[in-house]
Amino acid sequence: MSTFDVQRVRQDFPLLHQEVRGRPLVYLDSAATAQKPQAVIDAIVRFYQHDNANVHRGVHVLSERATEAYEGARETVRGFLNARDAREIVFVRGTTEAINLVAQTYGRKHVGPGDEILITQMEHHANIVPWKMLCEQTGATLRVIPVDDRGELVLDAVDALLTEKTRILAVTHVSNALGTVNPVKELTRRAHAKGIPVLVDGAQSVTHFPVDVQDLGCDFYALSGHKLFGPTGIGVLYGRLERLEPMPPYQGGGDMILSVTMEKITYNRVPHRFEAGTPNLEGAVGLAAAIRYLQALGLDAIAEHDRALMAYATQALESVPGLRLVGTAREKAGVLSFTLEDIHPHDVGTILDREGICIRTGHHCAQPVMQHFKLPATARASLALYNMREDVDALVRGLHKVREVFR
Amino acid sequence: MSSGSDDLKDLYQEVVLEHSKRPRNYRVVEGANHEAAGHNPLCGDQLSVTMKVDGDVIRDIGFQGQGCAISRASASLMTGVVKDKTRAEAEALFEKVHKLVTEGPESVDVEALGKLAVLSGVSEFPARVKCASLAWHTMRAALEGRDEAVSTE
Repeated sequence: MSTFDVQRVRQDFPLLHQEVRGRPLVYLDSAATAQKPQAVIDAIVRFYQHDNANVHRGVHVLSERATEAYEGARETVRGFLNARDAREIVFVRGTTEAINLVAQTYGRKHVGPGDEILITQMEHHANIVPWKMLCEQTGATLRVIPVDDRGELVLDAVDALLTEKTRILAVTHVSNALGTVNPVKELTRRAHAKGIPVLVDGAQSVTHFPVDVQDLGCDFYALSGHKLFGPTGIGVLYGRLERLEPMPPYQGGGDMILSVTMEKITYNRVPHRFEAGTPNLEGAVGLAAAIRYLQALGLDAIAEHDRALMAYATQALESVPGLRLVGTAREKAGVLSFTLEDIHPHDVGTILDREGICIRTGHHCAQPVMQHFKLPATARASLALYNMREDVDALVRGLHKVREVFR
Repeated sequence: MSSGSDDLKDLYQEVVLEHSKRPRNYRVVEGANHEAAGHNPLCGDQLSVTMKVDGDVIRDIGFQGQGCAISRASASLMTGVVKDKTRAEAEALFEKVHKLVTEGPESVDVEALGKLAVLSGVSEFPARVKCASLAWHTMRAALEGRDEAVSTE
């Protein structure tokens, strides 16, 4: 497909076509969770209507079909991220669990007292707390790459922070609070030059542009299905095979073992070693449907649409008197955080809500970066492939209304 | 049913906006013998309440902190009404305000609430109830002499 027709795309998302509070819904909160195309909803329904059974064990036809669907989903994700091998794709609950998994397996094995874990000032709590917990468990120290006033990482500070004590660098690809796109390929190159593995939080990136994990070179890449137009409760940890294979298990249970006696347990191979218990089958099936949907639209076409809309929205918001964008990095994706005069973001959000406009307000689970900007909260509009210029125009009208109320 | 616009006018009444812009008793009470900190982790709002309690009577009360228009106005109005009230009277006001913002103006004797009645619009906005009640929770914690910061969660 060569042209991207946003009106046609919108037809694929049933939820968008409703009135809320007596007005047409304007959904600008996809960075929190994205809406689902009919193809995803249908795939989940079809799975339960035709193919549902437990995986990896039954000899019957349904178990075969369910296993095929589940392992097929793994292959779809592999292709989406351009991983070398489907065994590098671990299904988890979401980005949060993916990061916790790495912290508690790779981290517990390799991190000890006096070691350092390097993150950045702009991480989501999901890429802070698991590392902080690991530090408390092991006696390691958390170090932080600073952010400048544009909301970009201070790259000059990175090399000094990558030391012989650093055991892992964990960095977000796109900041959920600022929209900053980080140069993760370059950061990975620098970390690898010192033998330090890299985990990339991809929760906000894969929705906006194609990601090639081999090109990035990172060791781990984490993402959430629900932000990628798939269901909640499913996510992916990509790990390079040579990293995943020596890692100890995460949770214990069925499916992650080869054999169990009361004396000895033999753990299963990757990725199953990290997928204890019956997995989220409908989640994997739905996520694969979402990816196929995106691939049919064309990942490059989506990226182009998102880029153009982001430019339009940036300009439109800058035209609102008293509005200050928080995060003005040279490269941004999907997220527009802002303050409006001294009006508290909650008040902005409430008034916009009455206009049928959904945005997020608060600290966006990224309090350290809010502290950097000395703000308790911002308002955040986030864009997705089904958003159009009219959504942005409605937001701007809503913001004028906010100013009227507070005049 | 009222339209979205009317609801907004009920929420952001002149008095509310005025108190949020120029909050009363925005200060630390000198010689305070009761204080507490309140926190709404959902939005990051934080405020502190300081009080001078003489026997059973609240002689002076002030607040400081950051928050939205609703939380600032509610805190400001609160400091005005509980001054010179007994602990029991302040506690009773808390109960009434809580009922007002959660259940709406039909659930309480609005007349008896005086100025606080302007908070009645909050009940149409469930997501904002915690904003309106944070100061009150904090005031109660200060009266009870609890050391731990109160949280709306």
